[in-house]
Amino acid sequence: MDNEKDILEVRNLQVNFKTYAGDVKAIRNVSFDLRKGETLAIVGESGSGKSVTTRTIMGLNARNADITSGTIMYKGEDLLKKTEKEMEGIRGQDIAEIFQDPMTSLDPTMKIGRQIAEPLMVHKGMKKEKALAQALEMMKLVGITDAENRINDYPHQFSGGMRQRIVIAIALINYPEILIADEPTTALDVTIQAQILNLMKELQDKISTSIIFITHDLGVVAGMADRVAVMYAGKIVEYGTVDEIFYNPKHPYTWGLLSSMPTLDTGGDELPSIPGTPPDLLDPPTGDAFAARNAYALKIDTEQEPPFFKVSDTHYAATWLLHPDAPKVTPPDQIVARQKKYAEMQKDLVKQQRPSIPVEEEEEQQ
Amino acid sequence: MAKYLAKRIFYLILTLFIVITVTFFLMKLLPGTPLTNQAKLSKSQIHLIYEQYGLNKPVWQQYLLYLAGAVKGDFGTSFQFSDQPVSYLISSRIGPSLQIGLQAMIIGVILGVIIGAFGAMKQNTWADTTTTVVSILGISIPSFVLAVLLQYYLGLKAGWFPIAEWGGFIYTVLPTLALGAQPLAESARFVRTEMVDVLSSDYIELAKAKGLNRTGVIYHHALRNSLIPLITIVGPLAVNIMTGSMVVENIFSIPGIGEQFVKSVLTNDYPTIMGLTIVYSFMLCVVLLITDILYGIVDPRIRLTGKAN
Repeated sequence: MDNEKDILEVRNLQVNFKTYAGDVKAIRNVSFDLRKGETLAIVGESGSGKSVTTRTIMGLNARNADITSGTIMYKGEDLLKKTEKEMEGIRGQDIAEIFQDPMTSLDPTMKIGRQIAEPLMVHKGMKKEKALAQALEMMKLVGITDAENRINDYPHQFSGGMRQRIVIAIALINYPEILIADEPTTALDVTIQAQILNLMKELQDKISTSIIFITHDLGVVAGMADRVAVMYAGKIVEYGTVDEIFYNPKHPYTWGLLSSMPTLDTGGDELPSIPGTPPDLLDPPTGDAFAARNAYALKIDTEQEPPFFKVSDTHYAATWLLHPDAPKVTPPDQIVARQKKYAEMQKDLVKQQRPSIPVEEEEEQQ
Repeated sequence: MAKYLAKRIFYLILTLFIVITVTFFLMKLLPGTPLTNQAKLSKSQIHLIYEQYGLNKPVWQQYLLYLAGAVKGDFGTSFQFSDQPVSYLISSRIGPSLQIGLQAMIIGVILGVIIGAFGAMKQNTWADTTTTVVSILGISIPSFVLAVLLQYYLGLKAGWFPIAEWGGFIYTVLPTLALGAQPLAESARFVRTEMVDVLSSDYIELAKAKGLNRTGVIYHHALRNSLIPLITIVGPLAVNIMTGSMVVENIFSIPGIGEQFVKSVLTNDYPTIMGLTIVYSFMLCVVLLITDILYGIVDPRIRLTGKAN
């Protein structure tokens, strides 16, 4: 899977948190790649390990975090082997992060111009005046109106959406190679969400950065991402291109996520939800962690962890349902409809490459 | 800003008026009379002295007379030291008190901030535990106990500092330490709590994500945000020092207003008690006013004049 186009390669990452009750296995063997210029979305419910993954990349985990194995390769070097000082040089320069809540992620007592200029002063050794001039340009770029007059304002003088623009300006001021966006729109209302997402896409084109987009909102994913990784209980359970995940999902957990997302076709009936709660990661269950909540669980799910089965060159899912010997199951109606739509899309494309393992559901075999 | 200041000064005067009134009547409830050896004076002598000081008039008249004088800046003459106006008594004695009080406040708060910030940065280590123990000790040991201990160990046993009396900087060291322990402990505890809070906030996380090193994060972001709330406890700390000074000045025989205050209460020296009470209340009000104005200057969120609207 080593690819020149990959800018970041995460391999077999395992992170535990030491607590009085024992080790919480927050990340259990996660691997993924981030390609140059793409947006990779990591989706999953709260506590699935999305944020811990990105914190580990940034080297900003809580003190009780213990990275037990894995590598994070960036430009041929393992970030996990870097010293704190080397990581300081990378953070805000090569890899930047946008946080979830713009109301709390800006320093309340520092002028925003200075806050935006700070990464320039830290990494480029720039003088304050010069850095502020660049900060002003960045403020204009992220769409802060009347930037000249507002550069000396404090965070409390801005609205939530404007503050998130400032946070984005801070992250992008050094034109980072990788931008990690940890639920950047969760704390904003829907109209502002759309503005911020558009802005991020627009800026991604302008400064050609790769984005890791953390979210639990599949609606946001559809418009933003090129590829999607679905996380559950500290593992990636399925990953593929955005079309593959949305229209041809293979993992029952992805089915559950997609079914519980309202669409224009959703009728007046109750919105489906995934029953139960995620497992306790202090003591993860043997086999598939999702088995207990999975209506399609097989016996083997409670005994052995499923490996990744290949669906296409870009699409993999960790579910025993894809094993050649597995019984054929029919996914929920909504997923069947999605798969039908996908099949039609595929038919339209000339000479589409066929998946190599013949375990697809009937809908796909035309 | 000017409007705000005018309002605050009006409140200051109102506060002083209330303090004067309450103190005046409470003072009259004190047992005894200003005349020390009453038995040795004849009735007519007592009557004469009462007449001289206006003490034979009804209390409400005395009160009004006092108010009328106070407005003009006349606080009367001390009973204890005849011919000494109270204003002179206070002005000649306020120097040592101010010096010790300010020294205790400044040294206490600065050391407290350093210790507290250190504890927060080394959270849950032996260093943190040590700072917590130090601040608990500082808060729970009364200044007069500390004063006596300092006198005994550093003054008598080690002989480094004079035990008592007044006469130059070296004489101020022990009283300053005794008075400064409380502000030190209070501000250490306060700063530690604030800093622990600030260090776990999102903007500190963002500062780290910018690539700032530990020193940069602490210096540029954590310190300012955890020190601003410290201003709020400066008022209470000033009260602490003022009350502490009354005892500590007596222990070290410092010719300050604290020592004088205790003496005046013991001898029912009404004009001096009133005068000192007004001075203490005035100092406290000014400290509170300054801290409020300072708060607005250092914290942009509550700046009084702003272009927020």
